[in-house]
Amino acid sequence: MLDNVLHAAILATTPILLAALGGLINRQAGIVNIGLEAMMLSGALAALIAAHVSGSWEVGLLAAAVAGLISAAPLSILVTRFGANEIVAGLGLNVLIAGLIGYLLSDFYGVSGTLRLMPVPTLPRIDLPFIAGVPVLGAILSGKDVLTWAAWILVPLTALLLTRTRIGLRLRACGSSPATANSVGLSVPNLRDGATLAAGALAGLGGAALSLGLVGLFSEGLTGGRGFIALAAFYFGRNRPWPTAFACILFGFFDAAQIRLQGGGLPPELVQVLPYAVVILALTLASWRRRRGPSPEP
Amino acid sequence: MPEVDSPTTRLGADGISRRFGSVVANDGIDLAVRTGEIHAIVGQNGAGKSTLMRIFQGLDQPDAGRVIVDGRPVRFRGPADALAHGIGMVHQEFMLADALTLAENLILGAEPGRWGIIDRRAALDRARQLADQAGVDLDWHQLAGDASVPDRQIVEILRLLYRGADTLILDEPTAVLAPSQVDRLFGLLRALRQDGHTILFISHKLREVMALADRVTVLRQGRVITTIDVGSIDQDALAQLVVGETVEPPQRTACDVGDVILDVAGLSVAGLGDRPALDQVTFSVKAGEILGIAGVAGNGQEALIASLIGLARPSAGRMTVHDEDLAGLSVADHRAAGIGYVSADRAGEGLCRQATLTENAIAGEQRPLAAEARGWLMPGRCKQRAQTIIDRYQVVHGGLGRPVAELSGGNQQRLLIGREIDRSPSLLLIAQPTRGVDLKGIAAIHRELLAYRQRGGAIVMVSEELDELIALSDRILVLCGGRAMGIVDREDASTETLAPLMVGAAAA
Repeated sequence: MLDNVLHAAILATTPILLAALGGLINRQAGIVNIGLEAMMLSGALAALIAAHVSGSWEVGLLAAAVAGLISAAPLSILVTRFGANEIVAGLGLNVLIAGLIGYLLSDFYGVSGTLRLMPVPTLPRIDLPFIAGVPVLGAILSGKDVLTWAAWILVPLTALLLTRTRIGLRLRACGSSPATANSVGLSVPNLRDGATLAAGALAGLGGAALSLGLVGLFSEGLTGGRGFIALAAFYFGRNRPWPTAFACILFGFFDAAQIRLQGGGLPPELVQVLPYAVVILALTLASWRRRRGPSPEP
Repeated sequence: MPEVDSPTTRLGADGISRRFGSVVANDGIDLAVRTGEIHAIVGQNGAGKSTLMRIFQGLDQPDAGRVIVDGRPVRFRGPADALAHGIGMVHQEFMLADALTLAENLILGAEPGRWGIIDRRAALDRARQLADQAGVDLDWHQLAGDASVPDRQIVEILRLLYRGADTLILDEPTAVLAPSQVDRLFGLLRALRQDGHTILFISHKLREVMALADRVTVLRQGRVITTIDVGSIDQDALAQLVVGETVEPPQRTACDVGDVILDVAGLSVAGLGDRPALDQVTFSVKAGEILGIAGVAGNGQEALIASLIGLARPSAGRMTVHDEDLAGLSVADHRAAGIGYVSADRAGEGLCRQATLTENAIAGEQRPLAAEARGWLMPGRCKQRAQTIIDRYQVVHGGLGRPVAELSGGNQQRLLIGREIDRSPSLLLIAQPTRGVDLKGIAAIHRELLAYRQRGGAIVMVSEELDELIALSDRILVLCGGRAMGIVDREDASTETLAPLMVGAAAA
């Protein structure tokens, strides 16, 4: 039972983690990316179609990253070049992409809501010999797809990127004080665009983790607010990769638990709310803890 | 050959003019800063200093005239351009990213390393070397947001040196520093001059200009009045040049002291960690009396004022106004008891920068105003009230409906003080009454405070300007480490008597 839930929790974490890492980089550069949901959704659809057409999941992943990147571009340009409000522009993007996808599904595929393409190559899962049999450890490590491995490798890499590299330092400067970045000769709009595009690509891959990794189809409600949960995750993790990853696995765990609990006699609609309730609880706790902690001198 | 084209001129302005609408900010400014000198620029608020500096940084372009560097005209498109010519600026509001460490701030934009990986050892070595040269000791791993104000300022200067600047422009660098910190900064600037650096120093503290600069250029209403060797002029004559007329220092006359208004006993405020921010302070203030609060910045002044207006809850002690115990009550209760409050944080606490003059002028008085009209705020009444304050306190403005952010610092301060005094409080709490205000504005504010005292008002005044405290106060209470080190009477108050108390020496 525990092994089953752990296994499912890790897989359920992957889409959130990828999007959260993207959003975290974006946030460090000074933009709150509300459009992660849309970028995940377009990535999920692009991955499914491309994988079906090419017959290769690798092409699917590439298409997902590109689709996420393309949907991030208008958001970034509106915010950095035309001074649009990032919250409004992000919300607008979510509505726009959802609308476009609905149109695409009905006009090109003649379906509404759900798109099934057969055959579609799903992400292969890597079974680890020996370890697979070990309790708990096997459930955590074995039988995971490439995106899951990639997502977890990206956690320390993101930390290194932000602290040890030139680009990371410059991104953080943009987020902390754009006037400072500007005064030392950096282009804040360019750096922020870069961060938003990276967030788009990562969120797009997160979408692919859903469509190619978990379910093997696309539906309009596939992301189910995971873009916003990712947002909550990096808020909870205060834009630091490891705490953010911890938040993601917390949400992933309740996402997996929710599915298990659905047979237990409780109304399924109520049980589905569980991960979201955890998000609200976690964020409240995080800000409460922050307010109680020592504040820097005024 | 005009001096601006001379090879000894490092940075110059040749007939620079800049107008904003009908306002002429710079009107044919000629300036020549010689290599290796400390050149001060003085002038009132609105004299055109900031506009000229923005042009020197490429943040603004002149309508006419040229910026000259080493005898050649240049055109800066931004601070990075200026820096490429070796000219860097330390702004009044520091340009450091709070979330980055001091070392990261230092190297930002020119990070040592290969393949995009920062060579942290090389960065730290260079940082320590620069700090050694400057004779300062810094914790480079500290976040800039946690660093002290003087340390942040030093890092900004070092960053410009790191980037290869040999000419530094400093905009009001001492406005945020305590006296001992000013000495450290001046020591550093003199050492830099020794090494051949050129420094352009903007200030309206003439005493500091006299102490530090080699030459001084006086700006008034966008024009250069004169450029003169500091050695050939005295401070009073310089003040006259700056203002364009003689400024009468306000006359302080004896006045009858009335009943006790504020009585404070054993007042304490909890601080961070174990040390209290305010530790059992006892004093009282009578009607017609100004109590000055002296101390090095961060020794409990903020906590004292915050607890007196109810922003901070005292952990122990008693404070009464007119025998009414207010400790622990809300800000509204404190104000209702007759306390006026002029915050040191003008932009954050004192005024709402985006709100209009009218809205700011009636802030805190909205309830009585609304009560006059069955709960409605009548625009006419509000404007009338704002106009009264603005006329009485001579606030120069561009319209009652314009945001307060458009006012100069001095006018913002006059509006704020006017609003608080106009409510006729029996006690006025005022912190840094003249921070960032020019000479004429300072005289006007001092006059208002003395007039309020004459009318029987009681004032508790925190200031980092000892001269100001000595000039206005009836008594001066000195704080150190949150404790009252003693109360000095007016007759005995001088820099010599106050300075030892400020650093914690017990009263003799």
